[in-house]
Amino acid sequence: MAVISRGFTGRPRESQPDLPPGQYLTKDFPVLSAGPTPAIDTADWSFVIKTETGKDASWNWEEFNALPKEDVTTDIHCVTRWSKLGTQWRGVSLDTLFENVESSYDYVMVHSYGGYTTNLPLDEILDGQAWIATEFEGEPLTPDHGGPARMLVPHLYFWKSAKWVRGITMQRDDNPGFWEQNGYHTNGDPWREERYW
Amino acid sequence: MSFRDWLVGTVVSTQSQTPTAKSIVLEVPGFGGSSAGQHIDVRLSAPDGYAAVRAYSLASTGPSSTIEITVDLIPDGEVSPYLVHELQEGDELELRGPLGRWFVWKPEVTAPVQLVAGGSGIVPLLAMVRAHAAAASTVQFKLLYSVRTPRDMFYASEFAALASPTFEVTYVYTRETPEGWPTPAGRVSRELLESATIPPSESPAVFVCGPTGFVESVASWLVELGHSAETVKTERFGGA
Repeated sequence: MAVISRGFTGRPRESQPDLPPGQYLTKDFPVLSAGPTPAIDTADWSFVIKTETGKDASWNWEEFNALPKEDVTTDIHCVTRWSKLGTQWRGVSLDTLFENVESSYDYVMVHSYGGYTTNLPLDEILDGQAWIATEFEGEPLTPDHGGPARMLVPHLYFWKSAKWVRGITMQRDDNPGFWEQNGYHTNGDPWREERYW
Repeated sequence: MSFRDWLVGTVVSTQSQTPTAKSIVLEVPGFGGSSAGQHIDVRLSAPDGYAAVRAYSLASTGPSSTIEITVDLIPDGEVSPYLVHELQEGDELELRGPLGRWFVWKPEVTAPVQLVAGGSGIVPLLAMVRAHAAAASTVQFKLLYSVRTPRDMFYASEFAALASPTFEVTYVYTRETPEGWPTPAGRVSRELLESATIPPSESPAVFVCGPTGFVESVASWLVELGHSAETVKTERFGGA
């Protein structure tokens, strides 16, 4: 039974069916990261998918931007409790990137410039659920928000949408990534409030 | 009992740090202690069942079930105005934690430590300074603390009292300095960082906490000055 906070009324209740439990709306776009923002020159940028077969799929910046892109309008939810509704992104669907990738593994580890990692089941990033985004609100993605390219997995808490991505490695087991080793939940479903473990 | 379970703390005392910031000391039966730099979730519940949760860094550290947070007022915020203006001694407050295992300093680590705080970002860094003193650690600690004016400084007397051969503070005033201060008010610059912090050659562990813009500039300059990005841990304050 919750303790009632004497004198606390909270913000006016608005019907917000799009807001997961324990989240509040923000119009800003707060920044959360664990270390310095890496400076990435698109001339040096590449994105690589590695599998157990040893056959890598890789794209440089030019090749990546020649892939078909999709416009995505979606809500995003940060584990630190802000949510932002109706954000607009543009990027390459993971379905496109995985078209010719063969692997028997069910999990992925996403790797970023700067060393950040996050783990996901393959099921959570295929079938129109995830993108590598290069634009936010019609502009190239800025470095503090993960530019030149970041994961976008909007149905999970936003730490799964790794900034500054450089590649994906298939993994047999659901080994934890960076925040997952440092106290955050391995799945991160905002509708189930999978924040911490 | 786990850090994920909600606990009920009782406010033991409160103290104003600045006109808009208040320290709150709580006795929390069942709280299992914390490492320096960790935070808690605080939950406020209205009579109709509506609840709002926000995270606050712990200023306290160690095994005690008596904990301390310092809350800076966000004028249009939902939770901070209640904590700063309404909450009184004897009130109960729901919380859980400690949370976070990344932005943490442990006394067994032997690298020198450089702390860089902007405004209320000082709170988790104070916990590290307190842990350093409590452990009688001989590791070198340096703090660069940026505030707008002398009135905006948290824990001024405690920092003065803790000064020692292994703990040194450099203050930066961005809007208004104390009388007779040798340098004019101004923001932290790359040059100041270079002159007032532990150099990369000594491989310090660096903790930076403050508003996003502050953390972004400081962390980028530190890397430009030669600190390895892996040694610079950041935490940003924002939101409502």
